[in-house]
Amino acid sequence: MDALPLLTTDQMASFVARGFLRLDAVVPDDINAQAMEELPTLLRAWLDEFRGVTGDRDETEAPLPRTGTALHDAYAAESAFGRMVRVPAIAGAIASLVGAGPVVDHHFVHLKMAGDLKAQGLHCDAIIDEGFGFDIQLFWFPHHVAPREGGTRFVPGSHLRRVNMDDVSRYQHLAGDEYFSGDAGTVVIFHQGLWHAGAPNHGSRNRVMGKLRLNPTVPQVRLWDTSDLAERNRNDDHIWARMDPGMVAATLRGSERWYEPSAHRLETVQRARLWRYITGDNEFDVDWYLTRTERRAALVTP
Amino acid sequence: MSARQQVLMLWLASPTLDAHVLGWAFHDGSAGAGPQPESDPPYPNGTAALVDGWRLLQMSPLTPPIPGHEREVSFLKHEFVFERMVDVDAASVTDSTPGRERSVLEH
Repeated sequence: MDALPLLTTDQMASFVARGFLRLDAVVPDDINAQAMEELPTLLRAWLDEFRGVTGDRDETEAPLPRTGTALHDAYAAESAFGRMVRVPAIAGAIASLVGAGPVVDHHFVHLKMAGDLKAQGLHCDAIIDEGFGFDIQLFWFPHHVAPREGGTRFVPGSHLRRVNMDDVSRYQHLAGDEYFSGDAGTVVIFHQGLWHAGAPNHGSRNRVMGKLRLNPTVPQVRLWDTSDLAERNRNDDHIWARMDPGMVAATLRGSERWYEPSAHRLETVQRARLWRYITGDNEFDVDWYLTRTERRAALVTP
Repeated sequence: MSARQQVLMLWLASPTLDAHVLGWAFHDGSAGAGPQPESDPPYPNGTAALVDGWRLLQMSPLTPPIPGHEREVSFLKHEFVFERMVDVDAASVTDSTPGRERSVLEH
């Protein structure tokens, strides 16, 4: 069996900085076509659960996996979700971010009907998750989504903000927010904290999207292709001193158009902390923000 | 004619009104009968909204960070809320704007 194509250091740094990773047209057409048949059925299964239906289920409905089931066991290998998560590029990305043996938190099928112009309020899923360990959410678009045809709105770089669920719904427009559009079979992997929202569908076709949330079961430390990490992981790369080409720090200090300049520096600190977690390098830093205060603190006698 | 309130929220890059706009929201008591934002963002900074006739209702206070959480990030900090009153034909005002409430199919 071939080794999984793991993510690169550049992809991981981008995920830490921006909170998402986009894999365009990565799922083959036949699996996408299968998804277009199966996903609405999965939605009906959830609606039955939600409504408390117990006795008269459609026999063609696939059962929902129980929360906490190992991903490998959660979906039949020949099912749409089962095939999607076994696509080598997807499996490699999952293994790089949450390990090769994650468990299913839940999935959900999102339909945005043609002509539904309601803009959902911006939100992040679940609640405020503590710590730097993270879940991932796969947003699978099994058909082509044209601009303005219901592609999910999301806000790059919002994943490390400490907010709860709908508390960000007042942000109707943020500079640099994105609305998904792209080819069939595109999967966008979100950090669980990324702000997002259902968007109006001005098109003539219902938009289908399958979302799958996965929890890690191992420390998320150096799970990707780290063959170039040591040479790119300097802790003294500093925008006001010396910067070397190719350093991870260059990606981690990137700003977003909606950041206040003062918040951008705090975002850099949060990203450096997350990078420390996934590298196991507790001396890593970007622009010296952490190191200078840690060294000063060590000098102070309590 | 009847007066209706329009509300404009701007999130700016710093605590001063002449800082540039990072984000915005518009709430329309005229339900589309009054003037509408014409660009994204509608103004380059908060001062430009004043020049165009909006009245400032509220701005975010400057609050010290919570001890132990000084380096955490959360909401946008510099929120400015404006209003203007517009005269409209009351008969033309109906709640026809697309709702923003959540659907059970979008969580």
